[in-house]
Amino acid sequence: MQAVLYDGSWEGFLCAVFDVYEYKYNDASICPESRFTGHLFGAVHHARMESAHSDRVWKGLERVLPKAACDAIYRTFLSGLEDMEGHLLAYIRYAFASGGAMEDDFSHPAVIYLGQTARKVYREKHRMEAFVRFQKTADDLFYALIEPDYNVLPLISDHFRTRYADQRWMIYDARRKYGIYYDLQEVRQVAIQFDETTGQGRDITQAYEPTEPMYQALWQQYFKSVNIGARKNTKLHVQHMPKRYWKNLTEKIHTPCPPEGGT
Amino acid sequence: MNQRILEKLSILADAAKYDVSCSSSGSKRKNDNGGLGNAEGMGICHAYTEDGRCVSLLKILLTNHCIFDCAYCVSRKSNDVKRAAFTVQEVVDLTINFYRRNYIEGLFLSSGIFSDPDTTMERLVRIAKKLRTEERFNGYIHLKAIPGASDELIHEAGLYADRLSVNLEMPSVEGLKLLAPDKKQEDMIKPMVYLKNEIVANKEERQVLKKAPLFAPAGQSTQLVIGATPESDFQILKLSDAFYKNMNLKRVYYSGYVPISNDNRLPAIGTPVPMIRENRLYQADWLMRSYGFHVDEIITPEDPFLDMQVDPKLGWALRNLDKFPVDVNTADLELLKRIPGVGVQSAQKIWQARRYGKITWDHLKKFNIATNRAKWFINLKVDDFQRKDYSPQQIKNAILQHGHSKYTPNYTPQLALF
Repeated sequence: MQAVLYDGSWEGFLCAVFDVYEYKYNDASICPESRFTGHLFGAVHHARMESAHSDRVWKGLERVLPKAACDAIYRTFLSGLEDMEGHLLAYIRYAFASGGAMEDDFSHPAVIYLGQTARKVYREKHRMEAFVRFQKTADDLFYALIEPDYNVLPLISDHFRTRYADQRWMIYDARRKYGIYYDLQEVRQVAIQFDETTGQGRDITQAYEPTEPMYQALWQQYFKSVNIGARKNTKLHVQHMPKRYWKNLTEKIHTPCPPEGGT
Repeated sequence: MNQRILEKLSILADAAKYDVSCSSSGSKRKNDNGGLGNAEGMGICHAYTEDGRCVSLLKILLTNHCIFDCAYCVSRKSNDVKRAAFTVQEVVDLTINFYRRNYIEGLFLSSGIFSDPDTTMERLVRIAKKLRTEERFNGYIHLKAIPGASDELIHEAGLYADRLSVNLEMPSVEGLKLLAPDKKQEDMIKPMVYLKNEIVANKEERQVLKKAPLFAPAGQSTQLVIGATPESDFQILKLSDAFYKNMNLKRVYYSGYVPISNDNRLPAIGTPVPMIRENRLYQADWLMRSYGFHVDEIITPEDPFLDMQVDPKLGWALRNLDKFPVDVNTADLELLKRIPGVGVQSAQKIWQARRYGKITWDHLKKFNIATNRAKWFINLKVDDFQRKDYSPQQIKNAILQHGHSKYTPNYTPQLALF
C-alpha cells in the first residue's frame, strides 16, 4: 500500500491524484497529512504542489465528465469525510479508464458514494442558505456565525453575493475558523482575530446597530404567531430544523431543546 | 412605537397563517440592478414552525378589518377579535429588514376587504410598487388578487408581483353559499381567467421581446379548505384537475380546516384538523402533476373518498395488480414511476443505471426506494421473499403491518361517531 499525503486543500488533493498517475501507484491511498498516523508496511509519498498538476487533472476530468459530475467530485471533497479520498480516487480512475460516460452507473460503489455524498453536501449548502441569520452592526456590516457539518462556505458565496449585492456582509464558520466577507465589490476569504468580549465571535451584541434588537424581537414574534397550535408536529419541526442548528438561529436561540425523541 | 408594531405583527401574522401557500420558487427575477435580493430559481424555507410548516415568506395581512362575514374565516366581520392595520411604510420596512437579515425570501401580502375591492387592491399594489421601485427589491412577492378589483389594478399587481393568487376556499358553489352568502364563485373565477390570459400573453411576448417586463413570472395558485363543508375527494380532485388543465395554475393548496368558530354550520372547536386527508390530497395532487396520472385513475365517483390507510399510488397499484410485478430491467420510465415506493428520482436512477448492467435488489436498496412497499410489485429475487399470487387485501395488510404511519399515534384515523 502506497500512502500519498497532501495538505488537505482541494488543489493539494488534485496534485495527489496527479502523482498517483505519474508514479503509477496501483495500490494507493490518498490521505491528508493532518490525519495520517503512519502505517507499518508500505511507502509514504508527499504530493508535490504544482498548480500545473492540479489544473491538468481538473481539465482532464472536465473533458471526460459533464459539469454535474465534476461538481459532484468537488462537493464530495468538501464533505471532509474520512473515507472520501478513497472513493474519489476510485471514481476518477473509473472516469479516466472508461473515458467518461459512467457518471450514472449507480451500480458502481464509487458512483453511488459520490451521488449520495454530493447530495449531503448540497443539502447542507441549501440549509446554510436558509439558516444564516445576519445581525446588523453599528458600522452597517451584516454578520452571521454558522457551524455547518461540511465545509460549504465556498459553495454559498455566490448565492449571498448576488442576493445581498448592496450590503456589506460576513459569514463566519466557527467550526473551521474562517469566514467569507463581501465588501460591496468582491467576496474574500478571511480569518478573524476576535475581540475577547465576543466569545470567538458568538456574541456581538455590543456592536449592534440600535434597531437590531427590535428586528430580532419582531422576527421572534412573527415566528411564534404563524404557528398553528392545533397542528403541532414536533417531530416534523425537528426533522426540518435539527437541534444542532438552534444555537445560531435568532428564532430558536432561547427555545430549550425538547427531550430526545420527544413529541 | 416598538410595542405597537410588535402587537400589529402578532395580530396580522396570526390572521394570515391559515393561508398555507409558502412557495417562493419558480420566479425569474434576477438581481441585475445591483439592488437587494434575487428571486430566480429555487425557493428557500428559512425556518419551520412548531407545526412543521415552512416559513419562507413574511406572510401577513395588511389589515384584518373586513366587510365580509365568511363563517370559515377568522377575520370575519362578526368575529370578536383584535383588529389592526399596517401602514404602507411599515410593511415595506418589515420586509426589507427581515430580508436583509436572511430571515425570509420575500413578502406574501393579503388583506381583509376593509372598504371596496379596488381600494384594498390599490393599497396592496402600492406596497409592491414601493418595494420594487424605491427599494430596488428583487426578492419574491406574492400578492392576493382581490375578487372584484378592476382589471387595471390586477394588471399592475402582476407587474410587481412574482405570484398572484385568488383563494377559492370553498370547493363547491353550495359550500360557498352556505358559509359565505355574500360571495359568488364566479366573482373569484373572473380574476383567475384574466390572470391566466395575461400570463400566457406575457410569456409569448417575452419570447419575441426579451426585455418585455415580467408579469407574475411564478404564475398563479389557489387554495381549497378541506373538511369545513361536505365535498368529497372526488369533487375536490376533479376541481384541481380542471384548474391545472384550464387555468394553468402552478399549484392548488389544500388547507385542512382548523376549527375557529362555534358556528353550527361548521365543525365544532376541538374537532381534529383533517391532516391525513389533507396529506392524501397532496399525494394525489403530486401524482397528477409529476407522475403522469390522470385524475380518473386516482379516484372515481363510485368510490369518492381516498383511502386513508394507504397512499393513492399504492391504492392504484392494488386496484391494478394485473400491471404488476414490473420488471425493472425492461419497464419504461412511466411504469417505473408507478411502482409503489419508487419516487421520480429513484425511477430515473433505475432507468439510467440499467444501461450499464442488470439491476439487482441490492442496487434498488441503495437507490433509497421504500422496499417494504416496492418488493410486492417488482419482479426480482428479493432476499428470502417469496412472491405468490396474493390478493390486494393480503398485500395491503402485510404492508400496513410493517409500515409505521407518521400520523400514528398522534392522529389516529378514527371515524367520528355521532
